[in-house]
Formats: sequence, C-alpha cells, structure tokens
Amino acid sequence: MTDDYIKHKYDPILPRKDEWPVVKLSKNRKEFVQTIASHSSDRIINITGNNLDLLKEELETTLYRERMRVKQNPWLVDPDDEEDFWSGVKSTLVQLSSETHSTEEDRKAGYHKILDSITTRYAEEIASNFKHSHYKATRKIVTFGFSRLLNAGRVKGFGSIFSKQYTLQDKIQIIGETDQIRDLASKGTIVMVPTHFSNLDSILIGWTISTLGMPPFIYGAGLNLFNIQIFAYFMNALGAYKVDRRKKNLLYRETLKTYSSEAIQFGCHSLFFPGGTRSRSGKIESKLKLGLLSTAIEAQRANYEQGLNDISGKVFIVPVTINYHFVLEAPSLIKEHLSLTGQERYYKETDEFSTSYKISKFLVKFFTKGSDISVSIGQAMDILGNYVDKDGNSLDRNNRVIDCRDYFLSDGKVTVDPQREEVYTHKLGERIVEEFHKINRIFSSHLVAFTAFQMIKKKNSKMDLFNLLRLPDDELILEYNDFRSECQRVLNRIMEIRSEGLVHVAPHLKQGLDEIISHGLANVGMYHAKRPLIKNSDNKITTQDMSLLYFYHNRLDGYDLEKLFK
Amino acid sequence: MTLKSSSNNFDKPVGVIGIGSFGTAIANILAEKSKVIVYARKQEIVDEINFQHSAEGRSLHHNISATTDPEIICDSCEVMFPVISSSGFREVMQKFAPFLHPYHILIHGTKGLALNLPGDKSLEDVSKIKRENICTMSEVILNETVVVRVGCLAGPNLAKELSKGQPAATVVASRFNEVIVEGQRLLRSDKFQVYGNQDIIGVELSGVLKNTIAIASGALAGLGLGENARGLLISRGMVELIHLGNALGGQTQSFIGLAGIGDLVATCSSTLSRNYTVGYRLAQGETLEQINDSMEEVAEGINTVKLMKTFLEGTGMRAPITENLYKVLFEGFKVEDALYYLMKYPFNVDIDFL
Repeated sequence: MTDDYIKHKYDPILPRKDEWPVVKLSKNRKEFVQTIASHSSDRIINITGNNLDLLKEELETTLYRERMRVKQNPWLVDPDDEEDFWSGVKSTLVQLSSETHSTEEDRKAGYHKILDSITTRYAEEIASNFKHSHYKATRKIVTFGFSRLLNAGRVKGFGSIFSKQYTLQDKIQIIGETDQIRDLASKGTIVMVPTHFSNLDSILIGWTISTLGMPPFIYGAGLNLFNIQIFAYFMNALGAYKVDRRKKNLLYRETLKTYSSEAIQFGCHSLFFPGGTRSRSGKIESKLKLGLLSTAIEAQRANYEQGLNDISGKVFIVPVTINYHFVLEAPSLIKEHLSLTGQERYYKETDEFSTSYKISKFLVKFFTKGSDISVSIGQAMDILGNYVDKDGNSLDRNNRVIDCRDYFLSDGKVTVDPQREEVYTHKLGERIVEEFHKINRIFSSHLVAFTAFQMIKKKNSKMDLFNLLRLPDDELILEYNDFRSECQRVLNRIMEIRSEGLVHVAPHLKQGLDEIISHGLANVGMYHAKRPLIKNSDNKITTQDMSLLYFYHNRLDGYDLEKLFK
Repeated sequence: MTLKSSSNNFDKPVGVIGIGSFGTAIANILAEKSKVIVYARKQEIVDEINFQHSAEGRSLHHNISATTDPEIICDSCEVMFPVISSSGFREVMQKFAPFLHPYHILIHGTKGLALNLPGDKSLEDVSKIKRENICTMSEVILNETVVVRVGCLAGPNLAKELSKGQPAATVVASRFNEVIVEGQRLLRSDKFQVYGNQDIIGVELSGVLKNTIAIASGALAGLGLGENARGLLISRGMVELIHLGNALGGQTQSFIGLAGIGDLVATCSSTLSRNYTVGYRLAQGETLEQINDSMEEVAEGINTVKLMKTFLEGTGMRAPITENLYKVLFEGFKVEDALYYLMKYPFNVDIDFL
C-alpha cells in the first residue's frame, strides 16, 4: 500500500442492480425474516441444552429486562405496541407455569411458541428496509450536495456553486487496496471492519463503497441513530439493519448474530464497526466486540459445511481506518470517556449529532472549510487473519497457499465446535487491531497533538492523568523551539516505524518541519470552540482544552512513541 | 453441535517429533492405543527404530515406526507431539512448516523457552529483554507454522519412571477443548491419568520455571543438606515461580496445579531429574562445562536461568533464587556463598499472591 491517494473513477462491479445481493435479500425479506427467527429459536434451544427450565428462565429474564427498558428508557423509534406485546408474553408465561397438569409436550410447545414470537419480533425489527430507489436518491444527494458545497467553498467567484473543479474524492481521499477489495467483492463476500470515531463514519463508508463501484453493504447501525430522521433515511437507504444496544438479553443477541451470519451466507457484503461504538478516548480500538465478528467465522464454516469450497463461499475480512484531523463529537466523547469508569450504563445521546440541524450545520462547515479526511482500505484477510492473494487464496507467512477450510476440519470433516470458533474469533480480533495500526495514516495534527501532550506530561511526570487535565493555563505553555525539536524526534520515529511497514503517513508529512507543524496546528480539532492546540501571540504553543488535546493525542497510542518521552 | 468424538480416528497414526528419553516415553504410551510414527533427524536412529524397535538402546513398542522425512509424518498424522529440546525447537518447526496445515494438532512436551529477538541477535548481544522477546514453545509453533490448534504436556513425568510403567499423571493444556479431549483420548490409560487446563501459557511456564528450582534443590542436596532445607526451597521456589509466571502471563491457579507444584515436588526430590543432577554436581565442585560435556541431553533449566536473568534486568523485578543460580552457573560463584546470600535475603512475607 502506498501513501498516495488514488483519484480514480471506478466502474460498478455489478452494473445490474438485480444482481446485488442486498437487492435479492430485500426481495426475499419476508422469507428471510422467517428463516432468521426459526434459526435463532433453534440456537437458543441449543444453548439452553434443550432444557425446558433453562429456557423458561431465559424467557423470564428477557421479559423482565424488556419491561424495564420499556419503562425506563423509551425511544422515539420504539413501536407503539411494545407494552402490549410484552404484557402478552407475561400473561402467557404465567398461564403456562400455572398449568401444572399439562403434559411435558404441551409445555414444551407453549414455551417454544413464546420463543418464536419473540425471535420473530426481533428479526422483523433488525431486518433492513433496503429500497433501491432510496439508495439511488441518497447517493445522488450525497454526491451532488457535497460536491456543490465543496466547490462553493474552494473555487472563488460567481458560479462557483456549479463548478466541477473539486470532487468529493479530493476531500475524502481513498487509499490502499482498492482494486483488491473490488475484485474480491465480485467473487466472494466481504466483511468490512472500519475504525469508528464519528457518527459521520457510516455515511463516509457508504459513500466510499459506492465510489469504489461496489454494491451496497449491509451493516448494523445503532437503533439510536434511527431516532434522528435524517439518519434514519440514510441508514435505510444504505441497507442498514438495526442494532439496539439497550436489549441485553440472550434472545436478542442470538437473533442479531443469526441475522448477520445468514446475511453473509446469503452473499451480502457486510460492515461491522468492530469497536462496537465510537472510540470514546480517540484511541484506535484495541479491544473489539467479538459478537458480530464471530458471525463472519460462523458463516464461513456454514458455507464449507454446505460444500461451498470455492471462492464464491469465501468470506474476506477487510480492515479500514478513517483518518480525521477533526472529530465533531470529540468534546463529548472524551468527557464521557473520562467520566465512565468502564461501567456500562444507559446514557442519553446529547452530543453534537443529536439533531438534524446540527448535523447539517456541521456538514456545511466540513465541506466549505478545508479539513481533509482519508479512508485507508487494508489488505484483505481470511477469517483467521491470513492475507489472501488476488484469487482469494489464503497465504501463510511464507506465501504458501493454504486451505482455509482446514481450520474447521477434524478427522477430515467440517465440524461445528463453538469453543473452537470462540478462540478463532479472538485471534481474528487481535489480527484486525494489528492491521488497524498498520494501515492507519498519520496526519500532521496527530503529530503535534501527541508531541504537545507528551511534553506537558513529562514536565509534570508525578501527576496522574486526571490531575494533568486540570493543570492551570500557565503550566500549559511550551516554547516553540522545544516543541519543534520534540516534533522532529517523534516524526523521525514515525518514519522509522513506517519504513518497517507498520504505519502509513499522509503526504503532507513529507514537507519541511515548520510547514508540517503549522499545517498540524491549523487543522487539529479545527472547528472546536476551544482549540486543542494553538500558537499564541508570543510564538508559544499552548492548549485551550487539555481534554481535547488528550483526545487527539490518543490517536498515536499503540506505537510505543511514549517511550521517547521517558 | 457435536464435539469431535472421532471414533474412526483410531486407526490414524499419531506423530512423535524427536525421540529423546521423554519422546521415547510418550511414544510408548501413545503406542498402547495407536500406531505411532516417529520423526528423527538421524538415519541411524530411524533404522534402529524400524529394525530393532529401540532408540539409542531404550526399547520401543512394536507399534512404532520412524522416518527422517517431515512430509511423510505430516501427511499421515493429524495429531503430532513435538518433544525436542528448546534449543532445536524453532529450527524443527521451520523444517515442518511447509508440510503443516491448519487441520493439524500439535501437543508439545518441551519444558523450555526460546528467545525471540529481531534480526539474528543472540542473548549476548542484548542486556535486557522483555516479554515479547521470550517465546514459550506454543508461541514458537504459532509463530513458525499455520497450526493454531496447539497444546502442551506438562506435569511430574520423569521419563525413567514412565518407561517402567509406573502410575503417573499429566496435564494437557490448550485454549481449544478439542485439543484437550484429543490429548486425553490418545494418552489416557489405567496407569496414566490426564488432566485438562485452558491456560496453556501458565502450564508451559510451570514446567519451564520449575527447572531452575530443581537445579537449586540438587545443589542443596549436593551440599549434604537435609529435608528442612528442601522444604524451605520448594516453598520459596514456588513463590518465585508464581511471581515470575504471573509476569510472563500465566495464571496463579495453573502454578499450584499438577504441572506446577506437582512437577516441582517431583523434580526437586528426584535424582533422576537432569536439572537436579546439574545442581548436585555443581555443589560437589564440578564446573558447568564439565557437567555439560558429560550429559547426554540438555538440562533445560540452565538456558532458562540465563533467559530469566536477562528478563529480570529488563523489568526491574527481583527473583533471588534465579539471580543467585545465575551467579553460580555463569559467574563462578560458589554454591555455599549463594546459599549464604539467600539466607540473609530480607524476604519475610510468607505468601502474598493468593
């Protein structure tokens, strides 16, 4: 992968929309939802070991949690009949356990019926509402609207609004293994796993996928996003299925996993944000949520079980990083990161993406002022993290072709072993994190934020993080010359790491150091009311918001660069 | 969801890579139930196995045959037991790598560590090492081959006692249940009990770190000291083992299991143990060179002491027994002086890890 971006027009790989897996899936939506529901029920019966008491317990737990949720944390998108449905479940459960004289068979049928009704409801809710006409319209809005804004901002003079001088591809640079992903998408099934820093990511990725000429990917979007109408429209158009993080019960989780696994088996390219949510700290995700990831492995094994041994049944994992100078939600994300002590809790989304108005305002800002974004497409891997060649064959470290099916064999047959697949999922997660760091593209703004924060930290080496963030303003001033020489040290180390192929850098990091620094200062968190890093009138470097500086600094976590400041 | 029951796997041969004394013992146990193919590097040993049913004089079960060709053994066996010394382990895995596939299962029985430095550096070139520069044997397998279903064998398994058919037990550790189940199926008999553990790193480290304590135990015996001293050493050695083991990523539970305490007690009390013998002869006044020259197989503990000493320097941790052993082995310290130092060492908390 080179550092340079590829501005290039890509032809669609499947020109006829009827061939798009996501279109085929939406045509069969009804049957598909049915399949999901019944497979999910089977899984749950299996997990409870076909033990009726355990199943009953799961149903009761689910009921309890769902009723609590309906009461305590209702959302706009929730259907109106939520309460009725769960009351219905409750009365059926009560009735069943009071019928002491009924036969085992009857009771079993009763509980299975409840189970089916819940999984069907969940499957229906999760399933996407992809409509091709909406997709087309959205793509047009995004491309047309954004490029108009872009040209209005950059090309001076009357008529600029109609200029075609700049396209989105200047603003959002796509780099990396673009040809490989296109090629593999036409032969097998892609699971794209991007880093996640901003709510803008989903739209950005959607645009990237369509720019690369690939059919839409389905992806799990937080149900909370559907609360916002403008997002709901986009999401539905992009083939999003809904993930409700409030529902933390076995039945829901299994239905969600079944949906994902079956969709991959159906041949739908998928998109997971493996970090689960946006990175609160600004660090590249290092702990991934393995639930959805496990469905990629499961789908691959299921394909082998069905004898799909060629590339058409192969699942490819493609890591992607999205690199920003500026994350709109940074202030609220980092605040949350600092106040959360790792405990999960419900929170109300009150960040900058909460209304359509604020988003539109941001988009206008984003496209009229210059702050570039790049999307790095990583090298495709098989489900155990081995790189694949151009024909989709898995390669070992010495570039020997290996058969991915062998990972699922015991005694020459494909076998189902959930514990084995759990370990595989873990390994895949580790590989993805490793790849994230490799394909990550360092910007000038990351460099200056990292260096400044580490310098302040070193000056106050006895303080813990929270005290550091509360330092008075006059402790936060750095001499430009010191700052400059430290930037040089960090940059040198970054270039060393780069030469080992363990990270990428933006082309603007190849200018002179003073240009890099002023580029970084101008861009780091550029639209925040309080800037994370500025040069003041005395030619000194200082911050207006230490937490934000910490956030942008974190982007270079994981490269052992802190060692330079020991 | 069927876990592998593999009833029709019984006629598949099982591989044993390396045929030292422990390899011989394992091959004989495996041969009770399965056909066994042994890989050995030297043609004369392969011939001895195939024509005389013995390996360097140690007799072998008639179910055992041998080859010098890694490809043959990889093609015919799904499950293999590498039992080679840690110094040659990586090289053998590199030799096997082209013929291994993701369906293979490797369960190794090597109680040593390997160094993993960038480039071709050796321990002499660096003054400090960190955890990522140290590999257990399972990590070597994962680094060098495509095999992921990896396990290890550890426990009080003195080869000479096993070969006499005395009752014993072992631990098969792996992150994969199927590997544990397979190891149990292949090894278990009326005289050989097999336990499972998922903390493979902890179990490997148990076997590795206990070797240093065994050297110390031999040294005490060589000085003519009695059971009080041994009791003291085993107990303090255990604390040190857990301290170091945790730092290298093992779980405390594994160290107090069969592979930890079980193996520690066995090797610290047995004149059959190579590591114990090294300590004993040191205390009798021999030098490390003299001892090495006259031993048939390597005592893994010597290399482990060297590695761990460098690791301690990289982390700033203290481990008095290991540090003093290093001085005795490599800096010409007398055993008596080391012992004197240890008796003066200000450690007075009995147990602080549970």
